[in-house]
Amino acid sequence: MKISMTVNGKAVSGDVEGRTLLSGFLRDHLSLTGTHVGCDTAQCGACVVHVNGEAVKSCNMLAAEADGADVGTIEGQATADGSLNVIQQAFQDHHGLQCGFCTPGMVMSAAALLKENPRPSEAEIRKYLEGNLCRCTGYHNIVKAIMAASGQDVGSIAAE
Amino acid sequence: MPKDSGIGASSKRREDVRFLTGAGNYTDDINVHGQTYVHFLRSDIAHGRIKSLDTSTAEAMPGVVKVFTGKDFEGVGGMPCGWEVTDKHGAPMQEPPHPILAQGKVRHVGDPIAAVVADSLEQARDAAEAIDVDIEELPAVIDMKAAAQDGATLVHDDLKNNVCYDWQLGETDDAKVNEVFANAAHVTTLDLVNNRLVANPMEPRVAVGEYKRGTDEYTLFTTSQNPHVIRLLMCAFVLGLPEHKVRVVAPDVGGGFGTKIFHYAEEAFCTFAAKACNRPVKWTSSRSEAFMSDAHGRDHVSKIELALDADNNFIGLRTNTFANLGAYLSTFSSSVPTWLHGTLMAGNYKTPVIQVNVKAMFTNTVPVDAYRGAGRPEATYQLERVVDKAARELGVDPIALRRQNFITQFPYDTPVALTYDTGNYNGTMDKLEAAADLAGFAARRAQSETKGKLRGLGINCYIEACGIAPSNIVGMLGARAGLYDAATVRVNATGSISVMVGAHSHGQGHETAFPQVVADMIGIDESMIEIVHGDTSKIPFGMGTYGSRSLAVCGSAMVKATEKVIDKAKKIAAHLLEASEADIELKDGQFSVAGTDKSVAWGDVTLTAYVPHNYPLEVEPGLEETAFYDPANFTFPSGAYACEVEVDPETGKVSIEAFTAADDFGNIVNPMIVDGQVHGGIGQGIGQALLENCAYDENGQLLSASFMDYAMPRADDVPFYGVDHSSQTPCTHNPLGVKGCGEAGAIGSPPAVVNAVLDALNSGGKAVDHIDMPVSPSRVWAAMNG
Repeated sequence: MKISMTVNGKAVSGDVEGRTLLSGFLRDHLSLTGTHVGCDTAQCGACVVHVNGEAVKSCNMLAAEADGADVGTIEGQATADGSLNVIQQAFQDHHGLQCGFCTPGMVMSAAALLKENPRPSEAEIRKYLEGNLCRCTGYHNIVKAIMAASGQDVGSIAAE
Repeated sequence: MPKDSGIGASSKRREDVRFLTGAGNYTDDINVHGQTYVHFLRSDIAHGRIKSLDTSTAEAMPGVVKVFTGKDFEGVGGMPCGWEVTDKHGAPMQEPPHPILAQGKVRHVGDPIAAVVADSLEQARDAAEAIDVDIEELPAVIDMKAAAQDGATLVHDDLKNNVCYDWQLGETDDAKVNEVFANAAHVTTLDLVNNRLVANPMEPRVAVGEYKRGTDEYTLFTTSQNPHVIRLLMCAFVLGLPEHKVRVVAPDVGGGFGTKIFHYAEEAFCTFAAKACNRPVKWTSSRSEAFMSDAHGRDHVSKIELALDADNNFIGLRTNTFANLGAYLSTFSSSVPTWLHGTLMAGNYKTPVIQVNVKAMFTNTVPVDAYRGAGRPEATYQLERVVDKAARELGVDPIALRRQNFITQFPYDTPVALTYDTGNYNGTMDKLEAAADLAGFAARRAQSETKGKLRGLGINCYIEACGIAPSNIVGMLGARAGLYDAATVRVNATGSISVMVGAHSHGQGHETAFPQVVADMIGIDESMIEIVHGDTSKIPFGMGTYGSRSLAVCGSAMVKATEKVIDKAKKIAAHLLEASEADIELKDGQFSVAGTDKSVAWGDVTLTAYVPHNYPLEVEPGLEETAFYDPANFTFPSGAYACEVEVDPETGKVSIEAFTAADDFGNIVNPMIVDGQVHGGIGQGIGQALLENCAYDENGQLLSASFMDYAMPRADDVPFYGVDHSSQTPCTHNPLGVKGCGEAGAIGSPPAVVNAVLDALNSGGKAVDHIDMPVSPSRVWAAMNG
């Protein structure tokens, strides 16, 4: 079937099977391979994108369901001049990533969190990230980076 | 004052920019023109004999290119094991074949039976469902102790039993060990399980095989920690291909933790099938498939006994372990319960008599191999649990008991084959006591009690052997490989540098940390240096990244190669400056003549090397050097960890309230990255201690085959961690004085967590002396109410 949507501000369209997942459409049809697939049970969150402003696990949504939607992916997160946005920069500054595989989902989830809660507490961040697995960082620097991105002083949190 | 560049600086990671913008290049992001997709039909029963296998319907289905079965691989080698262990009677281990696709029998849930290659993944999956396979189910061998009994069902019909080897290390005279225990003032005994785990890097494994008919060349893109090792094993032992015709590329890899060291059947399959189908073949593991095909970790069942004299000195230690190897020998599986485990049983203590016994078992489960720490967590867990239990039984302070028995003189020869070159265990414990504010624990416990919670403090010490390893030593111990590493430093004419390394970065930040070293040596900006890794067509033959070895081994090779470059550059500089080579000094990127103001810049020398008009005749043009580095010994990172938990006595739920690590990693190149490595290790260790368990039922069904059933640690399961790396005794035998930090957290944390839970329960008047991991609410509640 034919579908069309806006992805990172650009109009796109494609011909997909009914069973094509949004993650597959982004990766295989649009070559937007920043959206990662780390599981098959909607647990890991590496595939989180924004659909009409909401954080969505793109492996858990059919591409056809996103027909007509406004979709944002990790590739559209950097600022217009190509430099990292505030969340991305905080992840680099605070070593909030190692292998980088979960990172796109983490950044997209963090952006959605900060949109609805601009100054989340540590506990609120940890709770919000329940649907995003990271195996490298032990979450320490991810939580710290999100606190820093929200303008909070993280200097008192132990170690970099 | 922290440095802002070079060794010791927390340089921001340059690789982060591509990962943060979706521009990483992971294996599944690679698509080759004309590629096909393979789907493996995997056994859904644990043990059975294949009576018939009919692929004719599948072959006729739309899009199917070819269907492969075990028959297609009858003339092809199986998956090799890289370490031959000799048992205690001098016999080699039993080493059954490990076919790429099942031949005759299936031996674990997930064992591949057939492979369908098709134009699309959906077509391959659909066709796999049409394969008609009839399997006669056999009794599954799951429990290790039952598997060791005479008359047990055999996992491999051609073996004499299910015991791969019966191995021993340390004191071989049983009578002497018995005498030590008979004369002990106190003996503490503990039976424990080191739970089976799944490494679960967030990126599932992927392989893309490509074959070019015109040049008879193969390329394999794969999620590997060591592309050269994969190429060697696959070419020499599996497919019989000339190495120079095969290129193996491991691009950005989304975490490894050991499970991407090994050469897997899917890699060999995609390479083989690319030629057989004359089209590229791609395999992307699903997570469910990963649970039943990635090598698992741990899975030891142990009894440990500690003998103490009347003054609480450790006088003897004996362990008996059953180690699960699964259905087949994975690449380094045999080395994990032996040379990576038994050798660590001395821990940080001067116990004079140690005997380690390990029976390694074949079972109808997924192969078990190295997972972060690999043998060392299993050793540390046993030792530190039994020491803690002894302290409780004797009514002495667990820190004081440890301190009393610490090794304090170095070098120290252990009774289990290692020589620790350096360490300062009391100094590191001092750091822990301060960093964790142990003096304030009593007040924190009282505070928790006002909320109706039991608070516990768990202490743990660890030693690990990293930087594997002197090739001549591991060769004597059965390794079928050398364990050096290599680096090529290629200086370009304009002075920038490419360093090609055998190590592979899959989260460790080599692209940032390695240039810090070279920049320091030459005195140029880090941004002038780039690291090239992961492609056998670009890098020298190195053994890759695992066992916390990258900086200690490959980094040392890089230092040696850089030294060669500097030596040659000094000859060129001496010519340009019309001075003696012995008088040339290199500082801040300037070559100068000692005691004069004459100098020439790095860039002028490098340009001269490639435009050798005014040039010393006896020196070759160009500036590129390679070094191989074979370590003289292992490195021995050590540490002391403290965990504070609260236990809810109503539910048995454990929460980690504080976790502090004091580690001695020797010298540190990038403190930010080192801290991150420790954080990640602790996160995995807490996962093992509280949450994770790879469970089989008695029929060999894998019960925990998705993230729905296998409890991965999530952000709200863990706290912020305190880390202190100021206790530093530099390694004495590598040029950087570094030891390795990748596995420490995963080794040091599980016993600290369990010790803390038991301390909490005992503080509440519950005389519980052991709970197996994962210390789930139901287990805690049962222990409290049992």
